Amino acid sequence: MIEIIQTGPFNTVQDLGRTGFRNIGVTTSGAMDPLALKAGNSLLGNETGAAVVEVQTYPFKLRFAKQTAFAVTGADCGASLDGRMVQPWCALPIEAGQVLELGQPRVGTRAYICIAGGIDVASVMGSRSTSLRGAFGGSEGRFLSTGDVLKLGEVSTALNFPATGLAVIDPAFALTDFYPANEDGALVVRAIPAGEHALFGADAERFWMQTWKISTQSDRTGYRLMGEPIKPTTPVEMRSHGVVSGVVQVPPSGEPIIQMADANTAGGYPKIAGVIEADLWRLGQARIGSRLRFVRATHAQAAAVEKAVATFIDDVRSTSRMVCDALQAMK
Amino acid sequence: MSASVAKITQPVEALALGRNGARVSPIGSRAFLLEATGEFDLASQRRIWALSRAVELWSETLEIVPGMTNLLVVLKMTPEDPELLALRLLDAWEQAESIDLAGRTIEITVTYGGEHATDLAALCDRSGLSDREVVRIHYEGTYRVFALGSAPGFGYLHGLDPRIYMPRKTVPSLNMARGCVTIGGMQTGVAVLTGPNGWNSIGFAELQMFDPMSATPAVMAPGDTVRFVPASIEL
Repeated sequence: MIEIIQTGPFNTVQDLGRTGFRNIGVTTSGAMDPLALKAGNSLLGNETGAAVVEVQTYPFKLRFAKQTAFAVTGADCGASLDGRMVQPWCALPIEAGQVLELGQPRVGTRAYICIAGGIDVASVMGSRSTSLRGAFGGSEGRFLSTGDVLKLGEVSTALNFPATGLAVIDPAFALTDFYPANEDGALVVRAIPAGEHALFGADAERFWMQTWKISTQSDRTGYRLMGEPIKPTTPVEMRSHGVVSGVVQVPPSGEPIIQMADANTAGGYPKIAGVIEADLWRLGQARIGSRLRFVRATHAQAAAVEKAVATFIDDVRSTSRMVCDALQAMK
Repeated sequence: MSASVAKITQPVEALALGRNGARVSPIGSRAFLLEATGEFDLASQRRIWALSRAVELWSETLEIVPGMTNLLVVLKMTPEDPELLALRLLDAWEQAESIDLAGRTIEITVTYGGEHATDLAALCDRSGLSDREVVRIHYEGTYRVFALGSAPGFGYLHGLDPRIYMPRKTVPSLNMARGCVTIGGMQTGVAVLTGPNGWNSIGFAELQMFDPMSATPAVMAPGDTVRFVPASIEL
């Protein structure tokens, strides 16, 4: 068990989301940075999609009720264990009663507390993710609050982590060959032109050329972007259709919205582009007030990045097990 | 500039393939939308239902999301060749024979007008009809659930009389109540969550459309017939 000692609002239990129910209007939810969740779980020997705590407001503090192992991935938020610094992206064994504290992130926005066995809240419609809109899943369908106690899942074969920990290289560095560098401080996000791209005429080019700012009206549902408005050449009343996270819609104001993990399952605004699956985690770590630019990508490029990410996760899993087994054998 | 960077900066033509009354376009790397470009009618929707059944069986399909005369297909992985996928979808559309879903009939009791009917006056202005006529036209209609989406258990209803079509709002209502009976363009439906909503409210219905703990969480299903029964009209 873990007990939440201190938390801000908006922190939730998440896994990889509730797949398969978009057709009845149920939002997928799930971690905003799925790569951090997968890397943390793979490092710990958990199922890749085990439930974790997603922290997006700080400080956050929890107490472990029993001996186990954990890793904090995603945003680097100067985590400490009983007051001693903890490396990010590092699996550590832990004793009962120890207290983990997360401070304001230095890089990124969302941190993931991954624990051996995963967070064992009830699975609702096949997922432990918190559905804030539907008010179900996670911890009673709501944000975590001080005093909440969360059960942990059974660990079938526990890995024996060294006391000094076992760290994985931050994927932002490990996968640097597969991700474009920032341009003038703006995050470069790869996207594919979507159904109504041509409808924007000359404004379509202005969508790709300019730098957009992530407005304060941005959360797990979506990011509202600020910039020079873009408008379709003729107004269009669309028939409602299914959407996925990463879709870039343009409401009548002309300032695009990127739908994120808690987005509606359907929409009717014209869509100019869709962010490629493998770049969504970087958006999940982008800060309010920061800037981004879209660059066109092809499906072939997107598929290549997706493969590289999958290989990285597999490597983390096999290396972690190998190292832990070797250390155990030396004891 | 290295070759790989040059590739990325090269303009990529938007993929939008059209053929025989349908077009396919991508949403991001793993999702593809097939839209029937013909009439917004039951005949088109029946073919969408048939297409859904076929595409659901593809090994690479993760999720299918039937919409209003359209189908979103979410794949397990990003395909290398999107054009091939788009062509397969168009082939499946051509082969899709019309099916009808034998749905239930659901009667929804509505209080028309009153405090929740925040957009009834605007609808009267636009249509040139009296509030009484707008309400009557709405409850005399017979509607089919074309698709579910947007919010848990929300049914998009087809069959709205063109006289009371009303575009979605430019500025959504920030806190529309669950249960509001609304019109969005050529569609109508009942809000299932309290929150921001761009549709136009003309009344209110007391009903629970969704239960996550149930084996069938959504009350409505595509193919169901819906009738609105006026409980009271407060004008």
